[in-house]
Amino acid sequence: MEPLHTEPALDARAVTKSFDGRQALAGIDFEVGPGEVVALIGPNGAGKTTLLSILAGISEPDSGTVEADGVAWVPQMAALYRRLSVRENLLLFARLQRDAGQTDEKPEQMVERMLDLTGLADRAGDRVGTLSGGNQQRINIAIGLMAEPTVLLLDEPSVGLDPAQRERLWGFVLGLVGEGTAVAFSTHDIQEAERYGERIAVVAEGERIFNGTADELRQAVEAGGESAGDLETSFLAFLRERGH
Amino acid sequence: MRWLLLKDLQILRRSPLQLTLLVLYPIVIALLVGFAMTRGPEQTTVALYNAMPAGESLGFGSDQIDGDEIRDQLCDRVDCVEADSTAGARKMVESGEATAAVIVPEDLGDKIRSLASLTPESPQIQVIVNGSDAVENQVTDDRIDAMLGEANLLLAKRLSEGAKEYLDLILKGGQFDVLGQKIEVLGLQKSEQILKRIEPELPPGTSKEELGRAVRFAHLATDNLDLAGPLLTAITEPIQVDKVVVGDDAPSLDTFAIGVTVAFALMFVTVLLVAGSLALEREENAFTRLTAGLVSRGQILAGKVGLGTLVGAVVALILLLGLGIFVGIEWGRAPYWLLALIFGAAAFSAGGAALGAAAREVRAATLAAVMICLPIALLSLVPDDAVGSAVETMINLVSAIFPFRPTLDAVTAGLEISGGGIWLPLIHLTILTAAYSALARLALRRF
Repeated sequence: MEPLHTEPALDARAVTKSFDGRQALAGIDFEVGPGEVVALIGPNGAGKTTLLSILAGISEPDSGTVEADGVAWVPQMAALYRRLSVRENLLLFARLQRDAGQTDEKPEQMVERMLDLTGLADRAGDRVGTLSGGNQQRINIAIGLMAEPTVLLLDEPSVGLDPAQRERLWGFVLGLVGEGTAVAFSTHDIQEAERYGERIAVVAEGERIFNGTADELRQAVEAGGESAGDLETSFLAFLRERGH
Repeated sequence: MRWLLLKDLQILRRSPLQLTLLVLYPIVIALLVGFAMTRGPEQTTVALYNAMPAGESLGFGSDQIDGDEIRDQLCDRVDCVEADSTAGARKMVESGEATAAVIVPEDLGDKIRSLASLTPESPQIQVIVNGSDAVENQVTDDRIDAMLGEANLLLAKRLSEGAKEYLDLILKGGQFDVLGQKIEVLGLQKSEQILKRIEPELPPGTSKEELGRAVRFAHLATDNLDLAGPLLTAITEPIQVDKVVVGDDAPSLDTFAIGVTVAFALMFVTVLLVAGSLALEREENAFTRLTAGLVSRGQILAGKVGLGTLVGAVVALILLLGLGIFVGIEWGRAPYWLLALIFGAAAFSAGGAALGAAAREVRAATLAAVMICLPIALLSLVPDDAVGSAVETMINLVSAIFPFRPTLDAVTAGLEISGGGIWLPLIHLTILTAAYSALARLALRRF
């Protein structure tokens, strides 16, 4: 496929990582262009979360390079204090980000900006534990956006959300993309990957075995002599074809 | 770090149950311990049945103890209720109306009087106790032992006084009452004087030699029986104890009790709070986000130890203020005991952090905190003399690596000037704080 963007906002090369002798990543390449939305799919244990945590700088690769400028990571489960209010959660992380030198913006001002962005200003005083999963995830993502990152890494952002909450969440994320933020997200929902991902990267056993659009994945399956069908069918056929 | 501390205090404030416990716990403990320390033990109710004939006295000669005196002696330390028979007294014990019953048998007077005869019998009283409560039995046994001990002492005193009067009669002479008739006793001293006086008047060759022997006997008997009186009195006196204390003065029992209460409160509040709070960071998925460039693991650890130190010291302070209502606390020594509270809280907090970091889950951390803290704290209270040297070494080792004992030592030393020095326990606590913090930091690497 033709590269969608020539100057990647995030570029990882030949990244390897092992845990107790088990290889989680086997020299994987991964890149995200500015303003691009990339879906990362693959079977359980393929290395998606490990890759995202290395891209976010949370864990160190055993080898390989990661070049990025302004990456924010949003964990799969909402990393929020359930007994604190929405405002208190935002204020805590805004203060910590300012103390860590990640932003110069005043914490109170940043909180107001994030409340506007998430559309949760009217719930600012509510405890996070009382919010729906979708709203908690919006706060979760908002905290990741505080330092105005170039690339936002989302680890299975819609897990546990009903279709309506999922749609609202993606409306929020695509709004950020519209403002120039690149997004890389992992998911098990193939429809979600096709619907929101401009590009799809298939990871299996620590390697990237496909990198392209949903149509290109179908074409790859048909080229192998199998019927493509929907993307999920193509994805499964592709994995089978590659011995996974 | 300050923002993390503020956040933890906000979370604490949001948990009404936890907050209520933190405020009520020291107050309730202070009230309970304070009342326990200031109120004497409740009087035990004992049913008393005196089967001795009315008006009968116990004793010898002129030294008699009447029934009221016996009752006063028996009932000095217990709450006595009169029973009308042995069966009635037994029923009162069985029903729980009385903890025990004391039966004074009909022949007690005769048997006591027989002690002064050639055929002495054992005077005995009967005690009935309810065997259903082991602890209460022990308390009752102790009280009845004390009660009978006092009565026995009085009786022994009277016996010895009576015997001493007989000795005086034999020595000095006088009148002796036998079956209502007065009998004149000459006495050894007068016998010696008479014999000495008539000895020179006897003609030579008569029984002068035998008379001389009788005079020498009377003289020796007088001298030796003279010593018997003080000896008889001496054996009724309790043994005098000359107490010599070596080494550091032990703290008073009140101070020790306050120290134990404060050390327990500090231990539970700080270890549970810090272990649970640290494990909660992981359970709420916040730890990874925090350590992703926002704060270091060391800062999170410092925040948790700071939280535990602050909350633990405040709770212990409330506890001490509460106890101060009941027992005297030297406010002039406040800088010392405040130091002890802060250092103790810091060491327990570091221990809690190590536990929370190792357990990684709130429930596991809480369970581990209780299962580890309680036995070690109780072990630290075992007196050295109560166990063999090998066990003593083991206990001392365990006590040394856990903050309970040094906290107890620091608090008691802080409260009372006669306690051991405060600086050594404070240094001990500082070392433990550093060691447990290092362990916690190590455990946080795989948190």
